[in-house]
Amino acid sequence: MLERGEVANSWRRERWDSLRLLTPNWQSRLPGLRYEGPDPDGYMTVGEVTHFIEHFAKVSHAPVRTGVNVTSVRRADDGYHVTTSHGEIHAEAVVIASGACNEPAVPQFHDAVPASVEQLTPFDYRDPAQLPDGGVLVVGASATGVQLAAELRRSGRPVTLSVGEHVRLPRTYRGRDVLWWMDASGLWDQRYDEVEDLTRARRLPSPQLAGTPERTTLDLNALAAMGVELVGRWAAVRDGHALFSGGLRNVFSLADLKMERLLDTFDEWAKTDGFEAEAGPLERFAPTRMPESTRLQLDLRSGEIRAVVWATGFRPDYSWLDVPVVDTKGQLRHDGGVVDSPGLYALGLPVLRRRKSTFIYGIEDDAREVIGHLTRYLAVRR
Amino acid sequence: MTMVANGVNVQALLEAREVLKGAPEAAQFTWRASAKWQGGVHSRIKVQSFFGLGEEQNHKEEWTFEADHPEVFAAEDGGITPIEYLLVGLASCLTAGVASVAQNRGIQLRSVESTVEGAHDIRGILGADSDVRNGFNDVKVTFTIDADASKQEIEALVAQSQKRSAVFDALTNPTNVTVEVA
Repeated sequence: MLERGEVANSWRRERWDSLRLLTPNWQSRLPGLRYEGPDPDGYMTVGEVTHFIEHFAKVSHAPVRTGVNVTSVRRADDGYHVTTSHGEIHAEAVVIASGACNEPAVPQFHDAVPASVEQLTPFDYRDPAQLPDGGVLVVGASATGVQLAAELRRSGRPVTLSVGEHVRLPRTYRGRDVLWWMDASGLWDQRYDEVEDLTRARRLPSPQLAGTPERTTLDLNALAAMGVELVGRWAAVRDGHALFSGGLRNVFSLADLKMERLLDTFDEWAKTDGFEAEAGPLERFAPTRMPESTRLQLDLRSGEIRAVVWATGFRPDYSWLDVPVVDTKGQLRHDGGVVDSPGLYALGLPVLRRRKSTFIYGIEDDAREVIGHLTRYLAVRR
Repeated sequence: MTMVANGVNVQALLEAREVLKGAPEAAQFTWRASAKWQGGVHSRIKVQSFFGLGEEQNHKEEWTFEADHPEVFAAEDGGITPIEYLLVGLASCLTAGVASVAQNRGIQLRSVESTVEGAHDIRGILGADSDVRNGFNDVKVTFTIDADASKQEIEALVAQSQKRSAVFDALTNPTNVTVEVA
């Protein structure tokens, strides 16, 4: 196992200070290792996640070689030739487990933002104190965007949040963590070959959730109540002005309707699986409130906005992969982790084999199946 | 699903989607309209040819549209106001979307009606107040739909039709526009 930095490197270096897992502690489990602390319903801090993964590396005796950066993987006659910062390796099979979040994805028009406005990505951002005083424009309303918007607003800054399509979820539903419902109702075990629109499922942004000890919902209504100004999707920069979409109302509707449908499926499951008595009373949530008026443009040179935080998602980096298995969108071509090149495999990508593939506890089933394929592949070759 | 008849050939659209995924160049369309001044503020616009799927295409016939301004604008009212054509475009695009999405979702429609209203402060175009914009301040579409579906399903149809609407996008997002003298 080659690790470019230390074990849990991206948790250590590429995330902000206040981040906690979206999944409750009881859901954070790896083969042979589960949370045994006092707060099963809490959410691990970045430090705790780092420790958890580090601990797993020890108890599982994973043969990790840290500080080894892979600079190239290419096909050789009978397998793969791997070039690293510490020499060359020949491998009969290679498993890519570098994840889907290696680089922040930022729209091209970021280069038209005036130089007087500081720009940060979640890879640079640590805490509010790092930003200049004054207004902040947070771009993107998925998990990262809503969390950073809330934190920046609490620091006393005026915050504008640019909202495109998003996934709205309550933190708790009928007395349970909403992720308990995802798990218990079987939704997260849904396989990639059962998902209706796999491309869409794999591109789905992370839900508007935050793992706070108070277990509060952090949706757009909550942010608006904190004084965060909502604007539409940032579409372009023209003459130093940010131009926002006028379609905000519809992205609210889409998210509200999707949430309703999801809660309906939970209720149905509770009924048919006899969970009705144990669950709390039925709940429905107020629609996302459309502000009285929304701004369609904002003068980035006026000094109102001092910093832009791009919470516009992440993308994988396969620049080191010298095997033609990456599509025009920069995504790996694979079928459930079996990459389109003999002996090459992937793990830990969105909906790799199941909806839960990118969750800590989601890796076990995927790994078993992918490694099963890999061992059969090696056996046939010998 | 096969029982639903909204008159939309969704199968053909889904097949086109699959084909065009691998052939982005064929997906490049150019739509055209040619206008001719008729005197006053009246113009006549003709639409027939367009480009798409790699070659010149034609509507079955040439369509003609009259655009003018109403008498309260001291004009002849020989056709609808240009900005009303935006409402025509939006209503027809969203309606087509509702029908397509309904067909795809197996929802039988019985009637789909909508009213589109554009709030317009004409002080902008008259140059009476430089703080007032020329275009709409607000556009509101109200659908009345009778279909074999729940209220929630109907709302989802309307939301999805906006999500996939060319005119909704063109109105809500900025577009580069170049106007030249040939």
